[in-house]
Amino acid sequence: MSISKEQVEHIAALARLRLTTEERDQFTIQLNQILQYAEKLNELETDHIEPTSHIDPMSNVMREDKVQPSLPREKALLNAPDHQDGMFKVPAVFEE
Amino acid sequence: MSLLQKQLKEIHNLIKKRDISARDLVQESIARIEEVDQKVQAFLTLDVEGAKKKAEKLDEWLKESGSTKLLTALPMGIKDNICTEGVRTTCASKQLANYQPIYDGTVVKKLNQAQAIMMGKLNMDEFAMGSSTENSSFHLTYNPWDLKRVPGGSSGGSAAAVAAGEVYFALGSDTGGSIRQPAAYCGVVGLKPTYGRVSRYGLVAYASSLDQIGPITKNVEDAAYVLQAIAGYDPQDSTSAQVEVPDYVRGLTGDIRGLKIAVPKEMMGEGIEEGVRAQVQAALKQLEKLGAMVEEVSLPHVEYAIATYYLLSPAEASSNLARFDGVRYGVREQGQNLLEMYEETRSKGFGPEVKRRIMLGTYALSSGYYDAYYLKAQKVRTLIRQDFEQIFADYDVIVGPTTPTVAFEIGSQVDDLLTLYANDVCTIPVNLAGLPAISVPCGRSEGLPVGLQVIGKAFDEETILRVAHAYEESTESIGTPDLGGVSQ
Amino acid sequence: MSHYETVIGLEVHVELATKTKIFCGCSTEFGAPPNTHTCPICLGHPGVLPVLNREAVNYAMKAAMALNCHIAEKSKFDRKNYFYPDLPKAYQISQFDQPIGQKGWIEIEVDGTSKRIGITRVHLEEDAGKLNHIADGEGSLVDFNRVGVPLIEIVSEPDLRSPQEAKAYLEKLKTILQFTGVSDVKMEEGSLRCDANISLRPVGEERFGTKTELKNLNSFRNVERALTYEQQRQQELLEDGQPIVQQTLRWLEDQNRTKMMRSKEEAHDYRYFPDPDLVVLEIDEAWKEQIRSSLPELPDARKRRYREELGLSDYDANILISSKAISDFFDQTVTHAVDPKVAANWITSDLLGYLNQEGKGLEETKVTPELLANMLQLMEKGIISSKLAKKVFREIVTTGKDPKQIVEEKGWIQITDENQLRDEVKKVLEANPKSIADFQNGKDRALGFLVGQVMKATRGKANPQLVNQLIREEIARL
Repeated sequence: MSISKEQVEHIAALARLRLTTEERDQFTIQLNQILQYAEKLNELETDHIEPTSHIDPMSNVMREDKVQPSLPREKALLNAPDHQDGMFKVPAVFEE
Repeated sequence: MSLLQKQLKEIHNLIKKRDISARDLVQESIARIEEVDQKVQAFLTLDVEGAKKKAEKLDEWLKESGSTKLLTALPMGIKDNICTEGVRTTCASKQLANYQPIYDGTVVKKLNQAQAIMMGKLNMDEFAMGSSTENSSFHLTYNPWDLKRVPGGSSGGSAAAVAAGEVYFALGSDTGGSIRQPAAYCGVVGLKPTYGRVSRYGLVAYASSLDQIGPITKNVEDAAYVLQAIAGYDPQDSTSAQVEVPDYVRGLTGDIRGLKIAVPKEMMGEGIEEGVRAQVQAALKQLEKLGAMVEEVSLPHVEYAIATYYLLSPAEASSNLARFDGVRYGVREQGQNLLEMYEETRSKGFGPEVKRRIMLGTYALSSGYYDAYYLKAQKVRTLIRQDFEQIFADYDVIVGPTTPTVAFEIGSQVDDLLTLYANDVCTIPVNLAGLPAISVPCGRSEGLPVGLQVIGKAFDEETILRVAHAYEESTESIGTPDLGGVSQ
Repeated sequence: MSHYETVIGLEVHVELATKTKIFCGCSTEFGAPPNTHTCPICLGHPGVLPVLNREAVNYAMKAAMALNCHIAEKSKFDRKNYFYPDLPKAYQISQFDQPIGQKGWIEIEVDGTSKRIGITRVHLEEDAGKLNHIADGEGSLVDFNRVGVPLIEIVSEPDLRSPQEAKAYLEKLKTILQFTGVSDVKMEEGSLRCDANISLRPVGEERFGTKTELKNLNSFRNVERALTYEQQRQQELLEDGQPIVQQTLRWLEDQNRTKMMRSKEEAHDYRYFPDPDLVVLEIDEAWKEQIRSSLPELPDARKRRYREELGLSDYDANILISSKAISDFFDQTVTHAVDPKVAANWITSDLLGYLNQEGKGLEETKVTPELLANMLQLMEKGIISSKLAKKVFREIVTTGKDPKQIVEEKGWIQITDENQLRDEVKKVLEANPKSIADFQNGKDRALGFLVGQVMKATRGKANPQLVNQLIREEIARL
């Protein structure tokens, strides 16, 4: 499998990254390099192997439904790039 | 000799008897930082005022006969991807250049309780992606043994600061070798605990199923002390294990007679530099001399570890780093509308290696490719884990080099991704299997430190500490780098 | 709709009534000032980790059981990745391939026939924050109080065949969930939300037609209206020989039409993968049993009991089970030895009538099942007339006083003393000779008038049957 420039652009859009033409071309080469290297995994037969998504075999880790104090609002907004009326402000959503 | 050069127990006795104060120790650290950090550049953020204040408060408290702990008043540094309330935490990314955490990570709380004093935040590869600290968005860090060389990474600042004597110990994080590799390059001890041993709460996630926080110290005993302070179950981390924490220091008996050591041939093969291999072989002889039994074994799937890692970790990272969108924190770039703001913020805020991994990970998870890449890699991860399980059915520890080479020169490898990634061949399999491993200095090659890696069974940090300690005690120290200055 | 058959499936999101959010300890209370129920975890700060709320899992299991689902032995959480300002981590923790419940069903009734609607799945996930658009369009303001409130998503099979069935399904779903107590299911507060998929196919065709997805359906009425609109739109296109374009549409309530949000090509690629920060759920028999035993009697079972054991009409039974509070009220009333049919009648007409008229909830009145039962007993014993009872009922509802006390205080006890009433009857007859004549000439209505006059004279307290009897006797004596 190899990845095209168009696919690289599509992936960038999914990840909300805007690439320059140079970046796009460079990433296309590099991603292909890495993906080609990853083809190595296909040497292995894994049809009956369970995937490992968690290394430790734990289950049912839960907490009780008990209210903990929330943050004072000033602290919640402390790092906000922009805020108004106690809320985080963002530019208008394009589709609206 | 600087106070910071002394053994931990010695310092502790002096503090206990009130012969020295917390202020004295913090002053020593400040003096050393002023002396050498211009050369080493280990720190991203210094919190001298905060450290002084904490020292004063601690001295007050000690005066009123407050009881001391083993880490009391020790100046230390924390990798800049661990959240410290009120002290800027950047992950060495422009994205977070102004980020003031609103909470302390669990390890930070624990070190506060242990009365250690934080001097500041240490440089790293941006979002822990890299193995040279060259990917920091702010500045390079220089290897104290040779300022033309990299300190390793991603916890390069942590290893360099300890090697240069700027702090007594440091915390790093390790996803594919990011504690052990810089420790090896800088001639210090670095320990990656078992996955789940130390809480990840407060560690800015790179690859959540692989990340662990661990200590970087001057010697093995210190690593045991620091691990003791930060290990244990944390209800705020669902993946932290409810496994009892033993007394690590008591386990340092020096006795490794009868211990069975496995040496995987895949970690001693062609890729390993001759000088490194020679030092490791000498170390193995030394371990035999101490009464251990050394045998060559095979981990047949280890050769697939790098490919596995470079699919899994970017996939998790692509999701973990999606939150840096300029809405709630971080540096926002302006845009005409929301989409533009997102794209501007993320494109300008992330460096090239981070973008590359986000791209790779997004692709590996995307519709139509998930099974071929992500799921396949998770299955191979199972095979790699099973390799280790088989070896550990018969052996107590696995030993080999931490890295195939000694520290490389700054700028020498940035263009060759696959060679750069191949650097992690000995460390990555350990993260994939979730096991504990320690890197301990094992001589020098061409004047530069070599690291010996000891890998243990899950939650058996005790044994790897014992082996590393027995080795360290029975061999000559590699010494400290010469950076000049009166405190040396 | 003679040539085409409509196929509808619904996705319903329901906020669970836990005290805290699904992955952090912040309160889920509705209506707090913006961003006062937030913490580093639900704000998605760097380095935070989720810890699952046990009660959220319990509620999801309870709901899934009430919807006749098979409960998973192993369940897990996955990340659904997409960017939006109301989603702090830029992924929603949800469940992809191992939901809590699967393969359930509920029964709905439309025009007197009942039909089983399949439930594909019930899964747990976290809610998003709330985006408030600034009027001048210069931006949006985000409030994260709601982010992380536990939700269940209930996905139906494409078994619904009309907008009316869709509405009936929603109403039934709401009732069932209300009975289980896992949610307050208030559409106006957003604790129940609905998206719909709709397609048309020629009658007799097995394959599904191209579907569209409808969003922003914020009331039951809108669900029905939007689906009716979309059904019509698709039918017109098909009749014109034009293709249906797969797309997501937003319902514009004020304009009574839909508007395209995104096409199929723009559909999200959510890149689901198992969340490495959360461990798997293993649900054993003991846990399932614990939840199963906490399930109350559900609407269908109650209705059966009302019909078969208590002999209520289908109509009354349906009204009673439409609300758990009302149904519970009825059940408690009939524990006090009163006729269930009479009790049902009073609750469905007088009590609900009062609540509708005043726009109040049951909990805002002072009436209790015991008070209502006491009143019904007074009626049964003939102490008060049904007419007086209506007045007594009003008093109970507003004061919460015992009916006996009310009757005594107000002097509303029925006059059943023959001698006293005979005097009143004589007076009325003397004053109305024409009515007597009318009655004697076979005009029955005149008798009603005379009874009414006696009732008026006794301020409604006379026993009407007795008055009736006495008038007939007195006229016969004349």
